[in-house]
Amino acid sequence: MSDWSQAVSHFRGDGKASPTLSGNRGLQIEEALLFEQHAPGRTGVDLPEPPAVTSRLGGIMREGPIGLPGLSEPQVVRHYTRLSQKNYSIDTGLYPLGSCTMKHNPRLNERVARLAGFADIHPLQPVSTVQGALKLMDTLAHWLKTLTGMPAVALSPGAGAHGELCGIMCIRAALEARGEKRTRILVPESAHGTNPATAAACGFAVDSIPAAADGRVDLAALRAKLGPDVAALMLTNPNTCGLFERDIREIADAVHGAGAFFYCDGANFNAIVGRVRPADLGIDVMHINLHKTFSTPHGGGGPGSGPVVLAESLAPFAPTPWVVHGAKGLEFVERAQGAAKRSIGRLKGNHGQMGMFVRALAYMMSHGSDGLRQVAEDAVLNANYLLARLKGELTPAFPGTCMHEALFDDGFLKDTGVSTLDFAKAMIDEGYHPMTMYFPLVVHGALLMEPTETESRDSLDAFIAVVLALAKRVKAGDAEYFQGCPRLTPRRRLDETVAARKPVLRWRPPRTDRQAAD
Amino acid sequence: MRYLPLTTADRQAMLAAIGVSSIDALFADVPPAAHLDGLCDLPRAQGELEVERALSAMAGKNMVAGSVPSFIGAGVYRHHMPASVDHLIQRGEFLTSYTPYQPEVAQGTLQMLFEFQTQVALLTGMEVANASMYDGATSCAEAVMMANRVTGRKKAILSGGLHPHYRDVTRTHARFVGFRAKLADPDPEAREDLAAQIDAATSCVVVQNPGFFGQVRDYSALAEACHKAGALLIVVVNEAVSLGGVKSPGAMGADIVAGEGQSFGNALNFGGPHLGLFATRERYVRQMPGRLVGETVDAEGRRGWVLTLSTREQHIRREKATSNICTNSGLCALAASIHIALLGEAGVIRLAALNHAKAVVLSERLAAVPGVSVVNDTFFNEFTLRLPRPAAAVVERLARKKILGGVPASRLHPRKPALNNLLLVAATETSTEADIAAFATALAQVLS
Repeated sequence: MSDWSQAVSHFRGDGKASPTLSGNRGLQIEEALLFEQHAPGRTGVDLPEPPAVTSRLGGIMREGPIGLPGLSEPQVVRHYTRLSQKNYSIDTGLYPLGSCTMKHNPRLNERVARLAGFADIHPLQPVSTVQGALKLMDTLAHWLKTLTGMPAVALSPGAGAHGELCGIMCIRAALEARGEKRTRILVPESAHGTNPATAAACGFAVDSIPAAADGRVDLAALRAKLGPDVAALMLTNPNTCGLFERDIREIADAVHGAGAFFYCDGANFNAIVGRVRPADLGIDVMHINLHKTFSTPHGGGGPGSGPVVLAESLAPFAPTPWVVHGAKGLEFVERAQGAAKRSIGRLKGNHGQMGMFVRALAYMMSHGSDGLRQVAEDAVLNANYLLARLKGELTPAFPGTCMHEALFDDGFLKDTGVSTLDFAKAMIDEGYHPMTMYFPLVVHGALLMEPTETESRDSLDAFIAVVLALAKRVKAGDAEYFQGCPRLTPRRRLDETVAARKPVLRWRPPRTDRQAAD
Repeated sequence: MRYLPLTTADRQAMLAAIGVSSIDALFADVPPAAHLDGLCDLPRAQGELEVERALSAMAGKNMVAGSVPSFIGAGVYRHHMPASVDHLIQRGEFLTSYTPYQPEVAQGTLQMLFEFQTQVALLTGMEVANASMYDGATSCAEAVMMANRVTGRKKAILSGGLHPHYRDVTRTHARFVGFRAKLADPDPEAREDLAAQIDAATSCVVVQNPGFFGQVRDYSALAEACHKAGALLIVVVNEAVSLGGVKSPGAMGADIVAGEGQSFGNALNFGGPHLGLFATRERYVRQMPGRLVGETVDAEGRRGWVLTLSTREQHIRREKATSNICTNSGLCALAASIHIALLGEAGVIRLAALNHAKAVVLSERLAAVPGVSVVNDTFFNEFTLRLPRPAAAVVERLARKKILGGVPASRLHPRKPALNNLLLVAATETSTEADIAAFATALAQVLS
């Protein structure tokens, strides 16, 4: 069998559904793995012959080939271009993933992050040669502190969950400094999975608190759970149901009254930025996902950046490094000693996600204090517009208005044979990325939609028309259609059970090649 | 504001459709005392030109590594990035997509990550690799925690040749997660005997190769000693280009490889974002942290990819997850994968040889400077110099001569007077003859 026919067998599958010989479908072009495009000795980079020297490796050299494929530059460029075309993206269309804040990523931010003065500087250059970089970090810190009303910020955490780890470690350090050993952390049932995972990673028992009928924390249940062994409450606000915790001041008072700390998951800060400062809500510590509220690109799953703002009570425990104004300009405090002796120490290599800091600051400066407030207002307005226009056909999880995301349950799908998953897969065929599904866990078959402020009204109207039409189609009794979706994507539903049962996590040469090599 | 499409008329019409009179009604759940009436005390909106001008001014205050002879490494290396890398990662379909939880509309990211996992497994000589971590230091801490889970033990021995940031990050985790991290003394000559320190409580030994001070060692015997005692060997690699020339951790018997992949495809970026690498043996895969992409078939029997084994992860397992990690370094992994694809087998090997050769030339030139000696018996592209006086001040004086002359060991190992005169120096394929000559001359001047 030739290589081509072997590759095509991957692309055509059982062949029954393939309308073409190659498996390609117009602009959807099949693409083999890099490893299947290999020719020995071929390369996409021309490097000079190394000067002749006596090796200093001490004989500890690689033995045998690595097994990497050889491709030329045109092949590589075409490979990744074709792969990119199999992805949905914000640039492609509305991306209503609730809790993820998939908003427009301005290209100015990409340009400034690539300025040589930011991208081509080494983290261990003498501090005197990188004063502009420290100035950028200091300025970003000022914006974050001002927007949250908090007195301190730790910039180094690499993502939201890393920020949570930072915050919970600071809480534990503060409790230890008080000579207290508290063992429980309260987490609402509706929380992101990272919250209980973080609390458990830091050695705390996780105690979940139920939601009240209105989708918010049940204040009485919270009070009943509080006690001298509770270290903290971890709460997302606005919460994962897209609702503002209207009792938040009472919640904060109750938590503080019990001697515990109030951790806020800042994933949904986009809903209130410029309109509400977390410090005014009684929050002691909160991480901010720069890749959500401040629009650094998600990049297919990272990199993120998760600075943590801290109240006075927790600020001394912040991880190193941080920037201070010294006698000779800006300086780093890199070690947990002297004035920093209570710091939890280092959480990440170097100084944090500098490339993300540049992008986030460019985003903030572009919006300004006025634009950021408008961000929150438009995000909330867009979500409520979706909610208002969809609630006739879909079933809102809770009555009333929402914040930046609209949550529905699967009541409108009841007894139709169509699940939330089926409905979402039908949206894909209509050209939309699905909303967040089955999260938060407190709502049956949840559909969580966050349009963000960067969608136009026309874009929302088009989306609404599609969702309403699909909902009507469900009611018309066309379950089989939904169960077969998507039909028009580069791949149809993928078998996750097969993938998990006998995991194939890397390419290996086909057996015939291996035998030939033996 | 150029990023906000709603017009005043849109807003009014939408409020009417919602059935409220003003935007304030949608914020009614906010406690009155927490309402900000006015704007935060920050500058107002600015155009692209103004923002770019302001940020360019900040950038202009930094000494750009590529504009001067630069020999700084210590875990972050300046390599040449082929032009197509940055072009391809800026395709919006990669740049502006989310984690590939919906595989039918994310096959591009998923196939790319599957290829990345394969590349990392091949380079490290391991069986499986994940889809990346935040960076090398956090990857190292996660590797230790994984070894604790695998062995049911709670004591890690950390080599004196491990990068101090990696030691510090692991120690922070040790305090709060609840395990022991035993830190060996900094070891510029790589003479430590860690095998002698392994006991029945040891979950793992963590070494770095090439070490922080540049030494290259074969850890095969240490791997055997670990295995005999029921412990794991974790090998850290923070100059990934070395994998093209140095015996792989897998060939030495490593159980986990935790590394930094920045050297492939990623700029210095003042230290982040970078790319955590994580690879292990197939039998430990269910104890791994981080995302994994696996092969499967779709409803028509065609090959495709999905995120798999997610029952290890926080969004499914919550407090029982193997790690709290969620975000990885997807776009950095893409950049690395493209760079490795361009290099190919021949290019990766040639790049490693070129780096090593440049470092050998550099070491010979610097060793000829009066008062300077090379500490290392072995190295790849970075080595340690012993100077006749404290290195920190020497580096400052070199910077004034517009030369970035390496990293004083005292910057990362303060309060160790024995290390004050040590200077870490790295060369890569970007180091020119002229750069090396300028460095040697300037160093001689500064020391004279």
